[in-house]
Amino acid sequence: MYGYAGRILRVNLSNGKTQVTPLSEEYAKKYIGGIGLGMRLLIENSKPGTEPFSPENPLILTTGPFSGTMAPTGGNGHAFVSKSPLTNGVGEAKSHGFFGAELKRAGYDAVIMENASKKPVYLWIDDDSIQLMDAKHLWGKSPQETEETIREELGDYYIRVAAIGVAGEKLSRVACIMNDRTRAAGRTGMGAVMGSKNLKAIAVRGTKDVKVAKPEEFLEFVKMMHERMKGPATTKYRTLGTPLNVLVHNSLGALPTRNFTNAVFEGAEHVSGEYLNERFIVKINGCSSCAMRCEHIAVVPEGPYKGTTTRVEYEPLWAFGPHCGVDRLDAVIKAMELCNYYGLDSLSTGNIVGFAMDCFEHGILTEKDTDGLDLSFGNAEAIVELVHKIGKREGLGDILAEGVKRAAEKIGKGAEKYANHIKGLEMTGYDIRGLKTAAIGYAVSFRGADHNRHGAYGLDLKGTVDRFKVEKGRAKLVIDIENLYTVIDSLIICKFSRGTYYKGFEDLARYYTLVTGLEMTAEELERTGARINVLGRLFNVREGFTRKDDHLPAKVMSTPIPDDTVSKGSYITQKELDFMLDDYYSTRGWTREGVPTIESLKEVGLEDLAYIVKDKIREQ
Amino acid sequence: MASIHARKFVSADPDKCVGCCVCEYACSYEKEKAFNPVKSRIRAVRLDSVINMAVTCRLCENAPCVNACPRDALTQSEETGIIMVDEDKCNGCGWCIEACDYGAIMLHPDKKVVFVCDLCDGNPKCVEWCPEEALDFVTADVLAQKARITAIKKLFQEALTQKSE
Repeated sequence: MYGYAGRILRVNLSNGKTQVTPLSEEYAKKYIGGIGLGMRLLIENSKPGTEPFSPENPLILTTGPFSGTMAPTGGNGHAFVSKSPLTNGVGEAKSHGFFGAELKRAGYDAVIMENASKKPVYLWIDDDSIQLMDAKHLWGKSPQETEETIREELGDYYIRVAAIGVAGEKLSRVACIMNDRTRAAGRTGMGAVMGSKNLKAIAVRGTKDVKVAKPEEFLEFVKMMHERMKGPATTKYRTLGTPLNVLVHNSLGALPTRNFTNAVFEGAEHVSGEYLNERFIVKINGCSSCAMRCEHIAVVPEGPYKGTTTRVEYEPLWAFGPHCGVDRLDAVIKAMELCNYYGLDSLSTGNIVGFAMDCFEHGILTEKDTDGLDLSFGNAEAIVELVHKIGKREGLGDILAEGVKRAAEKIGKGAEKYANHIKGLEMTGYDIRGLKTAAIGYAVSFRGADHNRHGAYGLDLKGTVDRFKVEKGRAKLVIDIENLYTVIDSLIICKFSRGTYYKGFEDLARYYTLVTGLEMTAEELERTGARINVLGRLFNVREGFTRKDDHLPAKVMSTPIPDDTVSKGSYITQKELDFMLDDYYSTRGWTREGVPTIESLKEVGLEDLAYIVKDKIREQ
Repeated sequence: MASIHARKFVSADPDKCVGCCVCEYACSYEKEKAFNPVKSRIRAVRLDSVINMAVTCRLCENAPCVNACPRDALTQSEETGIIMVDEDKCNGCGWCIEACDYGAIMLHPDKKVVFVCDLCDGNPKCVEWCPEEALDFVTADVLAQKARITAIKKLFQEALTQKSE
């Protein structure tokens, strides 16, 4: 096989036994790699109703066909897939950097980690040699310290490491898996699953060649992509970076502020991409094989957090900034760095901090609960302190580390009204009260609240559609992007590069064929995107998800946007949500309960999984 | 012998280098027809998230690697300054690796002999591919000229900004 390593590694963490099986050409083509292959393997390697922290829940690590090649952004990705401890549905998170390329060179398209170790270990993948190494001395260390220590002790500075921090060790449901210091497989609590297995890290050294099927044409294609990446499609990521969103969203009344109380932030200027780049950004780094580079490294130049160095993106900046009413970037940057240090998903963690502040403002939490911490919106020092507490699971932090949904249930007193999540996954930085196409994508996303499963906010924000209107046909628009996004996450190319594939599926199909030598058409690839979306849905259906799980965050449906802005008064009613879901399910060919019909499974080539839906359809 | 002043080598500008390693892929493909950084003659280094630099052979005058070789397996081209490895003589002992201050000469993972940048016959692929234009194929003299110009530009820009304030 070209592009692919053609091998799947299975590691039994309880006894260290390993097994390598071939990746079939059929699976390669049908599920591509990344989350597609990962979700297929998850369905096959887990039983319905498995508790996410039980040894029976496998943690699956995948690369894509492009990983390890010179494909810009595609050369470096990896994904983790497992049952999510936040949603109890499918969990998946991608990351970039250098780790994925290394794993491919070691010769693996996927690693299935089964069972759990009795004591802390790390997995050392050294080409064909697989060992479980003692990790007692690493327990309690940050992912960055773990990476350094492992490189030191194995004596090779080019070893790549993916590791959990204290948050993952302590089974915080918002724990992530970090690699290459600043990169995170952030969402859906994959770090907690890793922690439940006593697996501190995965260290990889790969020295094998990665070859593509049609090298000369591939290099020509890459050259063309390099040129495109210097063009307008990636300007945002190369210049201000994703924090450019702050002022754009703010001007459109779409910047969720103070836990979705407002949609406009009076302090936006001070947490804007412009302000950030002028005062904090010292370097923009690239991932392996990228010709675009986006990783904005910020250093705090002065004040109490002087010297703090971290990577900055819009989502965590939003979560700790506007979403907490905080207009001090130094504190926001510190909070983000601490998330990397503890191994917390910075997006979910910021959401939780904002939730706690909202509870505090409404008297649901008091200084007695917070150990004297004043959690008023806008208290910059408080967000930093609370991240420490969540990271260490101290005091209130112990409850908050359970994720916003479970925390609200534990706190009670009506806290649920302030918990903004979908399926248990914390909400992201788009005020969908006035982005009603995006709202469809959020509600149906198989991994919960997420802009990255559908990207439909683009249609709303750019004015392609009337964003305040709910109408038939919108679901089709969402589905088209969903199908593209699952392909992107299965090839594992970077979403920041999506605009450089001018011909969409046609470009991607050609790219795929040049790398793998497997014939692929634009139509077939689009159908593959649909298949992978259905796969995610099937896992959730198997776990008992129904229509009621395709919901929207509490405040999106309860609190009209109060600000004097273009989106004033906008929110989403139950009737509107029902309309959206009906439109979406019928367009996908699913039942009113959101269950794929056997007919619709045949259409995407998943009839072998019809057993999952058979009883569910009969029930209705 | 061609003057050291005329010799061009591959130099990385750390201000421009983003650590993407495209140079490594371009090199390993050009030389070994495979994507594999451990077979690249140029290697990127990233330190503390903020320092990036690609390193390859500097074509040192009176090259220490050549001097260190106990088997006379290394010679330096008088014309271009590149280090040539006689693969029959080299036994991978690593004296040259120890002698090189830059880690630019390395042990080949498959062949068990050392390998080093040969400037791709005067058209280095890494320079051609570097998306950031961080790599330069230059003589030491030109490098110094460029550094001077950059420094002076910076100095005067600062002076001009101060004036306008």
